[in-house]
Parts: sequence; C-alpha cells; structure tokens
Amino acid sequence: MNRAAARVLPGFGLTLGYTILYLSLVVLIPLSATFLRSTELGVERFLEVVTAPRVLASLQLSFGASLLAALLNGVFGFIVAWVLVRHDFPGRRIVDALIDLPFALPTAVAGIALTALYAPNGWLGSMLEPLGVKVAFTPLGIVVALAFIGLPFVVRTLQPVLAELDRELENAAHGLGATGWDTFRLVVFPTLWPALLTGCALAFSRSVGEYGSVIFIAGNIPMVSEIAPLMIMTKLEQYEYAEATAIAVTMLLLSFTMMLAINALQLWAQRRQGVR
Amino acid sequence: MARSVIAEAEEQLRDGLESAAARVPGQLGRTGLLLVALAYVGAFLVLPLLVVFVTALSKGTGAFLEAIREPDAVSAILLTLTIAAVAVPLNLVFGVTAAWAISKYDFRGKGALITLIDLPFAVSPVISGLVFVLLFGANGWFGDWLAERDLKVIFAVPGILLATVFVTFPFVARELIPLMQAQGREAEETALSLGASGWQTFRYVTLPNIRWGLLYGVLLCNARAMGEFGAVSVVSGHIRGMTNTMPLHIEILYNEYDQVGAFATASLLALLALVTLIAKTALDWRNPDNRAARRKTPA
Repeated sequence: MNRAAARVLPGFGLTLGYTILYLSLVVLIPLSATFLRSTELGVERFLEVVTAPRVLASLQLSFGASLLAALLNGVFGFIVAWVLVRHDFPGRRIVDALIDLPFALPTAVAGIALTALYAPNGWLGSMLEPLGVKVAFTPLGIVVALAFIGLPFVVRTLQPVLAELDRELENAAHGLGATGWDTFRLVVFPTLWPALLTGCALAFSRSVGEYGSVIFIAGNIPMVSEIAPLMIMTKLEQYEYAEATAIAVTMLLLSFTMMLAINALQLWAQRRQGVR
Repeated sequence: MARSVIAEAEEQLRDGLESAAARVPGQLGRTGLLLVALAYVGAFLVLPLLVVFVTALSKGTGAFLEAIREPDAVSAILLTLTIAAVAVPLNLVFGVTAAWAISKYDFRGKGALITLIDLPFAVSPVISGLVFVLLFGANGWFGDWLAERDLKVIFAVPGILLATVFVTFPFVARELIPLMQAQGREAEETALSLGASGWQTFRYVTLPNIRWGLLYGVLLCNARAMGEFGAVSVVSGHIRGMTNTMPLHIEILYNEYDQVGAFATASLLALLALVTLIAKTALDWRNPDNRAARRKTPA
C-alpha cells in the first residue's frame, strides 16, 4: 500500500498541523526559551553556578534519594506486583486499585500526609522513634516520599509481564528438580528483569524532579536535606533568575537523557519479550 | 478410549506439578510474602490516605466545615475549579487531535512526535513554572511588552493556567494514542466508503470506540490539573483570595500550623483522588466488554 492510499481518511493536514502548532506553543517554544536564557550566563558562570557546593549537594541529594527510593520500590514493588498477580486474597481488587493513588493524589496532600504520619509524634513516627529511626525532617524522609511517588511505576510495569509469564516453565523447572529459589532465580527473574529495570527507571526519573511531596517532609536544611527543585525555588525567591535557569537546564538535560534511555530500554524489553 | 486415558494421565501429571509448584515456596512463604506486600502498601498508601481524613475531622465536623467555608478556602476552591475547567478541555481537544493524526496516518517522524508529546512528564514541576516566568515574568522576554499594556501573566491567573496546561499536556494524548493505534483505521475507512463525512466518521465511529479511554485520560488530566503544586507555586505569587489554588492554600495553612484547616482542604483533594481511582476501576471492569465489542468491528 502506498502512502496516498494510506491517507484516505480526511483531516491529515488539519490534525497534524494543529498537533504541531499546539505542541510548539505550549511545550517546545517555552522549553527552548529556557535553554536560550541559560546561554546569557556564559559557560564559565554557568559551570560556576551548577558546581557551587550547595547546588551540587542538592543535585546529589535529589539523584541519590531517587536512586534509593527506586531500589526500595524495585524490591517491595516487585513483591507487591507478585502478590497481586499470583495470590488471591480478600480485598485484592481494592489493593490493586489503591496502587494508582500516587498518580491521583495531589503531591502537596501526599506531602503533608506523609509528614503527619512519619513525624516524631505521628502514627508511624512515634513507633520508629524509640528504635532511634528518624524519618521526617531528615534525608530518610525524602526517600519515603519518593518511594510513595514511585511505587505505581514499578508495580504497573511489572504486572502485565508477570501475568503473561508462562507457569508451565516454572512447573517444568520443578519437575526437573529445581528448588523454589532456583526456579525464581534461573527461570522467573531472567524474564522479568527488563520490566523491573524499566519500572525502576521510570520511578527514578519521576522522583528526581519531584517537589510537592518532598518539601514538607524533608526539613529543607541546606547541604543536608535540600533537594534540587527547591534550590531552583530558592534562587527564584532571591530573584537570581539566571542561576535558577542554569540549575534547571542541568536538570532538564539529565532528565531528557534519562527519558531517551528509558525509551531505548522499553524497546529492548519489548523485543526480548517478543522473542520469547 | 485411549485418548481419554492419556488426557486423564496428563491431567493428573499437571495437578501433581501444580501442587508441587504451590508447595515449593511453601504456604508459610506465601503468607509471608503477602504480609510484606500488605505492610508496604499499608505504610505507603493506606495510612497516608487515612491520616488525611482523620486529621481533617480531629476537631469534629464543625471545625472541618468551618475550615472549608472560610472565604480564602472558598476562593481557592473556585480558582482550582476554574483552572481545571479551562486547562482540561484545551488538552482534551489536543489529545484527541494528536491521537487521530498519529493513529490514522503514516508519516515520518511519528516516533519523535510521540516522544515530544511526553516531554512535560520528564520536566520537574518547578521547572515547568520557571519556564513561564522566563517568558512572561518582569524580566522575561515578553515582560516589558506586557508591562506596557498593563497585562499580568506571572503572579496572576493566566500564569497559573499556562503552567497547569503545560503540566497536564500529555495525559489525554498518552491514554488515546496506544488505544487508537491498536484499533487501526479500517472502521473509519469503511464508514467513509459508505458515504459518511469525515466529521460523521469521527463522531459515530471513532468516538464510541475510544470513549472509555478518553474518559480515563480526562480524569487523570483533571486530577493533576486540580492538584498541581510545584509549577503553580512558582508562578502564583501566593496572593490569598486572588491567586491561591487549593494545593497552595494547603501549604500556607500547614506552614501556619493550622492542621485542621490544611487537612480539611487536603481531604477534598483526597476525595477527588478516590473518585478518580474508583472511576478507573469501574472503567477497567467495563473494558473486557469494550474489547470484545472492538473485536467484532473490522479492526
């Protein structure tokens, strides 16, 4: 079929034209403007801004805490997804529906709720305090907030792959004398890990820029618990627009690189799935 | 006869293997796994949701009602509703248009276009607000032009609207593109060959096929539009009774140690989130019928 025949439906020019126009006006032009504004600073000053100790510490914190939260969700999100697909228990549907809560709950609401919960006088914070564990107003609180935000990415990426997993393979492994752990390690996990990695990467890239759920629980102490998006906010409040833009552009470049990597990862995972 | 014996033996073998499979992780292990999963979901999802409602009502329903009837709260609620009422339809029209263009025609650069539509998801909320400050703020590109005409975008409602449109930009398109790509274009082509106009084809063939996906996309878009915090925080200026949305109102009250006030407003947004989740679950239940219906049409 040639191209002309493929376009028998009317409206190609109109719909594609409008799509590109609206995309340009709302997203592409404003984002390009941000990149252009950052060049006003000059390379030397730009580097000076983003490598200032306080800025560097905030970037390290955002990326480090996001990585920890993604790992946490990698382990526990995996267990949650496994239980939702493989186990039948009363209330399974409710738990399954609740997984999407972080997508639907406004980040500011999540932020104050988690703070209330994990503060020293909160329901969970008061139980952890005697153990010497402080969550709210420490970097650990940031990990907790980011784990909340990231959970659905891991669970929702794993669920369909788990559901399609061929149980015959596991049965065959058992039949051949493999133990439960061996079956998991050698049969189940190799099929699942591309999806697990994709889910963790999605959670990570969302967490890096997260703001609302973090700032309430973080304590926001410079050099200790001040995340990179808050750093941008602080610069803006001091009317240091060029500096704020430099940090923003650094984060954008890192995020876009992540996004392309995730796209490649997903393609690879799908192809792997297809081959099997 | 021989066949049924073999089938029976096969069945027995399968049963044996399956019970072996069930035994290997062990009942104890299974229960343990279930408890770990439920504890994680409880600590990260159930308790945060619960604490919102419990704190909101901790001083009784009277204090709760007072908090949400207070003039600043009412104006925040109205502003949030207004912003969503403009931002969601804009992105709804875009989402349908983009999904139509991408799913119904072949052209070069389609993959790149889909990636670009996803772009706002990769941008930190704070940066989404900053982008518009750099364009329309006092020392932004259009700052002088706007000041000469006495127009205000940043620290005013238009800025909040722009930031919200940016942040919620991909939701409807993201939901519709894979759905419409899976449906193909033969149904529409058949309608056209039977003499329907382009608009009629969309209205009576495409729209009924995508309505549930569309509804879910709109729900998610709306939840984010009403709940957006970071981006709106940058452009709003936090002027009470003027440019305060519900999430910003929550922040102010919380920082003033007004727990009941903050959580009362938060509970309204948490209710919205619950409604979104329930609607999503209901739509998922409908989906099998929907998919079966789709299979009957020449897709």
